[in-house]
Order: sequence, then structure tokens, then C-alpha cells
Amino acid sequence: MNPAVTFEQVSLTYAGEPAPALRAVDLAIEEGELALVVGRTGSGKSTLLGAVNGSVPHFTGGTLAGRVTVCGRDTRTHRPRDLADLVGVVGQDPVAGFVTDTVEEELAYGMEQLALPAAVMRKRVEETLDLLGIADLRSRPLAQLSGGQQQRVAIGSVLTTHPRVLVLDEPTSALDPTGAEEVLAAITRLVHDLGVTVVLAEHRIERVVQYADVIVHVAPSGLVTSGLPAVVMATSDVAPPIVELGRYAGWSPLPLSVRDARRVAGPLRDALPPVPIPHDRAVVNARAPVPMPHDRAVVSARAPHLSPPPNRAAGNGGDRPSALRARAVVVRHGDLVAVAAVSLDLYAGEVTALMGRNGAGKSSLMWALQGTGTRASGSVSVRGGAVGSGAVGSGADVDPATLSPAQRRRLVGLVPQSASDLLYLDTVREECAQADRESSAAPGTCAAHLDTLAPGIPPGRHPRDLSEGQRLALVLAIQLTADPPTVLLDEPTRGLDYAAKAALAGALTDLAAAGRTVLLSTHDVEFVATVAGRVIVMAEGDVVADGPTADVVVSSPAFAPQVAKILAPLPYLTVRDVRHAHPPVGGS
Amino acid sequence: MVPALPRALHPVAWWLWAIGLAVAASLTANPLLLALILAVVTVVVVNRRTTSPWARAFRLYVVLGAFVVLSRLVLHLLVGLKVGEHRLFWLPSLTLPAWAAGINLGGTVYLEGLLGAGIQGLRLATMIVCIGAANALANPKRLLRALPGSLQEVGTAVVVSVTVAPQLAESVGRVLRARHLRGQNAGGLRSVRQVALPVLQDTLDRSLALAAAMDSRGYGRRVSEPSQSRRRGWAAPGASFAGLIGASIGLYGLLSADTPALLGAPLLALGLVLAVVGLRLGGRGVRRSTYRPDPWVTPEWLTAAAGLVVLAATLVESRLDPAAMSQQVLPLGWPSLPWPAVTGILLAALPGYLTPEPPR
Repeated sequence: MNPAVTFEQVSLTYAGEPAPALRAVDLAIEEGELALVVGRTGSGKSTLLGAVNGSVPHFTGGTLAGRVTVCGRDTRTHRPRDLADLVGVVGQDPVAGFVTDTVEEELAYGMEQLALPAAVMRKRVEETLDLLGIADLRSRPLAQLSGGQQQRVAIGSVLTTHPRVLVLDEPTSALDPTGAEEVLAAITRLVHDLGVTVVLAEHRIERVVQYADVIVHVAPSGLVTSGLPAVVMATSDVAPPIVELGRYAGWSPLPLSVRDARRVAGPLRDALPPVPIPHDRAVVNARAPVPMPHDRAVVSARAPHLSPPPNRAAGNGGDRPSALRARAVVVRHGDLVAVAAVSLDLYAGEVTALMGRNGAGKSSLMWALQGTGTRASGSVSVRGGAVGSGAVGSGADVDPATLSPAQRRRLVGLVPQSASDLLYLDTVREECAQADRESSAAPGTCAAHLDTLAPGIPPGRHPRDLSEGQRLALVLAIQLTADPPTVLLDEPTRGLDYAAKAALAGALTDLAAAGRTVLLSTHDVEFVATVAGRVIVMAEGDVVADGPTADVVVSSPAFAPQVAKILAPLPYLTVRDVRHAHPPVGGS
Repeated sequence: MVPALPRALHPVAWWLWAIGLAVAASLTANPLLLALILAVVTVVVVNRRTTSPWARAFRLYVVLGAFVVLSRLVLHLLVGLKVGEHRLFWLPSLTLPAWAAGINLGGTVYLEGLLGAGIQGLRLATMIVCIGAANALANPKRLLRALPGSLQEVGTAVVVSVTVAPQLAESVGRVLRARHLRGQNAGGLRSVRQVALPVLQDTLDRSLALAAAMDSRGYGRRVSEPSQSRRRGWAAPGASFAGLIGASIGLYGLLSADTPALLGAPLLALGLVLAVVGLRLGGRGVRRSTYRPDPWVTPEWLTAAAGLVVLAATLVESRLDPAAMSQQVLPLGWPSLPWPAVTGILLAALPGYLTPEPPR
């Protein structure tokens, strides 16, 4: 069989860079395969994907040595537009690639450029609408679609030209679990039913790895290895929880789907104690020992005899004084009610995760809690000056919305979804110095925070040249410089690889251990399982579930982390829980 | 008559209509005619606009028009040449020294001067509103599809700017909000930098992403081998360039009342033909097709004709009776209502009733 995509000794060096982004890559992706490209952030995954259709280097610049061919066409002599009938490309942000206004026009755009006859176009648009299950959206404006729908339209818009190869850069990273399922179902259908070759990069490997035929691993040095998923994952520097669990338990061959893992996990389940042993995270809550009357109904179907481990103690805090108290908060955007009368309490020393579909009102709630966002009605009060020197209101309850922005951020710090909006200076050093000045903190405070969060960032580096994780750490450090007792983070895990997420989890746990209140919104259940003691689920602007992570997350089919699915009915959420309870060889 | 199915009219038809009205407005200084043009444009827009964001922008154009009239009046009060005999009121005056051209600030304001300034402002405002009407009635992106293939690079730039411009407003709002999170609410020059840098970076990223997406989806693709298309010769750009220059001179000749007639319409026609030939030659390799092409049938002919009729009526009027096309200011007189121009303008309201309704 002829490979659909071949790389022969390909090296790529961007102008002005000392080292190549890709180094002597030899790769052949066979027709009809789903190739999953994995690697650390900034390791050259996007470069590899871009090289498939020639937009690297034709569009981005850089020097390419070696030879890339797609179905026999050399990208050296064929520009991306000359490969448009062979390769369909969907970028990281589908909205950024939309050229027209409505779903139907977008599906037709590529075919118009290839000068297909009108009759063919009409037929293919209908077929593609059905194939991806978006027929009811046909005349909707693209801007009004949900994230999952936009991603499917973007895939559909390149499918109409009947490409042989589909290149997808992180198709599910911005999506909620349900939206991701929709998109992945569509992709696997293309591979299985139509024989399309798919080359796909993804940070959330756990979502895709079970569908992959081959894994291409890009190392930070630019070296590329490829092979069968179970083989490559055994040694990869990025590993989803299922792989970590498999490596820990010594399963071989490595199972990659929950189903396969459950079939070999019997002995492990038997060896584990029925309840995870609390580990160091318990320290966080041990400072505020709390009785846990689960007075409020929690969406939970867990067996009642399994009392939740004390380290996940959370929620409904009994007599604990709350650090932030919101009552009947309503946020409206025009006619749309984004947050519908939400009441909640956040407690010091606790990491709380806010989950829910795209558009469920998570961001609006966070902005309203911080006080900068608009609030149509309801009240928010924050205990003033609970932590550190930045005392405002000295212990009394304050509504942050009534304060000036500068005072507000000393009570509640918010790291927004597009964190880089806060950065405007040329070097990390200047940003830190500016942060010290604007919070009237001692010089070096911000730099010290940054060094704890992400050690080893060169201070002369431009903030734009940092990795996603480093940039997030910088913005978090800037916000921490004001020493707010409460820290809110909106989707901090976007675009982070496993190592960066682990670093962030450690940082957040430390913040909580220091007595701060942390609320973060995310779609990443695995991250929630690692870091959060309590989960709040929102839908349509309402809080639909609020309780300890183990209770809320394990019972939900969409939100359960992989380890919980594999070890059910045992209430283990993370590999760390397992490792702590079950010393590997010769233990228990 | 059987009511036609709702559909969007061909965008070029609306643009021809609007350009006809805008040029007509530029030819007249008669406030009655200008008001009539404004009324006709508004009626048609209200009857035939779609629900797209572009259509909602019509209000912005009206506000911009009002601002133009207002600022023209304010400028007249400040530095305008105050002439006339009907004294209105008196402003404290100041004569600038000779090195500043000896301009008079303030002074006595006369009705005649103020009226003249207001009419000039109204003329500009009417032209702006006409263009706004074209934007509200015809989706600019659909218009871009009619762009010839040889203008590929220009086309990319225009599509990118048309798409990214509305997003610019959104990212300005986002960054302004984000500034509050850093506790900054001061204005001044420094804040410009704080807002502009993240916004520009964001916009640039989006523009590049869109251009890359258009490229990878085959925009501007040529049928011939890429190596052949590199040497295209000078025929195509030469013809387009000469044609456009000819058309510009012709247009000037047509609109200015005191140039030889030969410089007008014939030169314009010749220029346009040359330009079209040039663009055709240049776009030979590019082949595109259109999904659900907008048909060009009776309503389109009617709409385009309505625009041309207005233009013709005002052109004829300004050649035959230039005085009727403007308001007599010195000495003050009542504006006249020349019937050919009035009829022409009223005919331009027909597309608002006779074209198919836009899809909802």
C-alpha cells in the first residue's frame, strides 16, 4: 500500500532560530490510518502538521530540507492552495479559519475555490451536513454555534472537497467533554467508513489515544519517533492517566481504552483498600477540620457506606466562615441570562472546580464574583484582609464591585481565559517590575512568585515567546503580587501539556495550603481530580451539582476521570491516589 | 402579481443603486433634493434590510452623517467665512496674527453662511448614508465573491480585513476589561500602549490564521502548472492600469460640468473595457465556481436601473439648469424643486417595494 503522507529526512529550521524545529524526520503514514501526534508544548507538533500541506514553510517561512510528499505530490513544488484538493486542514481555533458567515456557505467555500460544478456542490453540502450531524444548523450564523458545533463545521468545510488526508490541530482541546465526544465520533466515522487518513495533534491524549492506529511522538529536540500506540506510549514523555496507571501496575501490553484497562485491572482492584488513604493534600484541610454533614442533595449514586476520604472534604461547609459569599447572583448579556440566581460559598484553603458545558455561564460567574464583570442583581461579599498585608476593609465583608479596580484585586484576583490580554511589556522582568509597582509590593515580589510557580524563566524573554504554561504562570504571579486571599482562574488548563498541568496543580495546592481560596473553571476532569476538593457543576446558568469531587465527578458518565472509570466501584480518582494506597512491588 | 420567494438580491445591484444615489447627492447642493434622497434611502433600507450584523450597522452610518453635519456647522461658527445680511447672533471674535493666515475666530454669524455650511455638511452626510445603505442591503462578503480572480492578493487582504475588523472591537473590549484586573483604570498615553499592544497582537494572529486557512483551502489556486503561471508578462497589468487611469479621467470629465464632452462618457467606457480585459487576462488561470449563485434577473435589472436613472436625471438637470441643483444663498432664496431630478429620485424608491423580500 502506498503511504498517504511521507517525510523523507525532513529538517525544518525557522529563520533566526539556532536549532531546527524538526530534525531528520522519516515518517510514513499509510492510507486510512489515524495518526496521533503527541509531544510537549512547543515541541514542534504544529510544525509537523503544517509541513503536511506545505503551509510550513510556504506560509510561515523557514528552511525545509528533505522531502514531504502527499499522495505523490511534493510540497516543494506545490503550495498549500495546490494541495487543497488532497489535504484538508483544521487549525486550533476553528473560528479563526472561517471565511464566510453561515454554515452552508462555509461548507461550500472550499469547493468554490476548486471550481466544482454547482450541482456537485449542492449534493456534497447535503451529504456532509448529514455525515457530521449538523443538518439542522445549515443556515445558522457561524458565530452563534457552540464550540463543538463550530469544530464540526470546520471539519465539514474541509471534507466537502473530499480530501484524502485530514490534518487536525488540537480539535478537542477547547471543548467540553460532550462536545469533544461529538467531534471524536465524527472523526472516527470518517476513518472507519470513508478511509480518510487523519493526522491529529492533541494534548488531551486520553481522549484520542484509543482510536489511534499509530502514534507520532515529537521530542523537544525535534526528533520524531513513530510506532504502535501501546509501544510508543510505554516510554512517551507525555502520558495520560490510563497510561500512567498501566505503567505503574506493569500491564503489558499497555491498555489504551477504559474497556481494555478494566479487563486487566481485576487484580489491582482486589489489592487496593476500599477507600483511598488520604495523602498530603489532607494537610490543606486539616487546618480547618470540619464535620461534613452532607446536608444538601449532591448528585451522587455512590454507595452510602463509602464515606468520602477526608482529603476531599468540601462543600456545604457547615459552620465554617466563608471567604467569598455570593447570593442570588444574576448576570445578563442583553436578553441572555448567563447566570441565573447562583448562590455559593467559597472557603479558605479549598480548591474548588467549576465545570459545565461551553456557554454554561462559568466565565460570567467568575467575572461577576471578581466584581469587574457586570452583575444584574444579587450580592457578593468577600472577607476583607484575611490574608497577608494587602488588607482592605480590615476583616469586614466587602462587595468587590464597589471598590476601585486596584483595591478589588487585593481581595479577589482573576486570571482570565485569554491570560495574555494582561501582558503588554517587552520582557518578563519589566512585567514583574510593573506588577510590583501597581500593587505597591516590595520590589521582587512578583519575580519571587513567578520563580515558585515556574522556576527558570529567563527574565529577559519576551512574554509572547513563553510557552502557554509559562505565560499562565506569569499572569498568575502578577495577580498574586497583589496578595489576594481569593484567586479565580478561568480555564487555566487550555493548551497545557501534562507536565505543565502537574506544575499548575502543585501551585494551586500550595496556594490553598497557604490559606487562600481558589476557584478554577475547566473542562479537564483529570485535572479536577488531581487538584480540586470540591466541584460545582453549572448548566444554563444554574448550579446543578455542588459537592466533594469524588461524589460529583465519579457518578457522572461525562465527568468521571479515567482512573475512576477503570477502578469503579472503588472511589479512586487519580494515579496518585492509587500509588499512595498501593506501594508497587512487594507492598500491601 | 404572485409574490416572489424571499431571497437576497444580487449585491452588485444594490451597490449600483447606492452609488447612483451617492453620485447624485454629490452633484446637488439643493437641500430639498438631498432630503428626498435621504428619505428614499431610508425607506428602501427599512423595507429590504436583512437581519445580519451588517444591516444593523446602518444606524451607525446615520449617526456618522449627523456628526458630519454638526461638525461642519461648528467649524463654520469657529473659523468659517461669515457672510450674509441676516444677522443671527454674535460670538466673541479673535483675529489670529498674520503668520497664522489672519483667520478670524468667532464673530457675527449670518443665516446665509450658516445655511451654506449646513448644506455642504448635508451633502457629505447623504453620500455617507448611501454607502451605509449599500452595506446594510448587500452583504460585503457576497460582493467580494464577484471580485476577479487576478486580484487574488488584494482579495485576501480585503476578506481578512472585512472579517477581522468586527473582531477588533471585541478584542478591544476584552483587553479593556482585562486591564481592570491589573488594577489599571488610568487614561492617557500609557493606557493606549497597554490596550493597543495586546489588541494588535491578537488581530495580527487572527489575520494570519485566516489568511493561512484561505490558502490551505485553495483560494487563488491556478489550473495551470505553478511554474508557468510565474511568467505572466505585462499585457494584463498594463491593460488594467491604463484602463483604470482612463476610467478615472473619464469619470472626472463626466462629473465636472466644464470639461469637453469627449473627455466624459466615451473615455470612461473605453477605460472600463480596458480594465475588464486586463483583469480577465490576469485571472485566466484562476477558476472558481459559485455555490447557489445570486441570479441576475428582473429585480436586479430594476434596482440597478433605478440607480442609473437617478444619476442620469441629476446629470441632465445639472447640464440643463445648474441653478436649480443648488440652493441660492447669496441673496437668500427658496430652493426650487426641479421635476426631472425629483422624479428620478422618487423612482429610486421602487426597489424597496418591487424586489423580493430578504430571507428572514
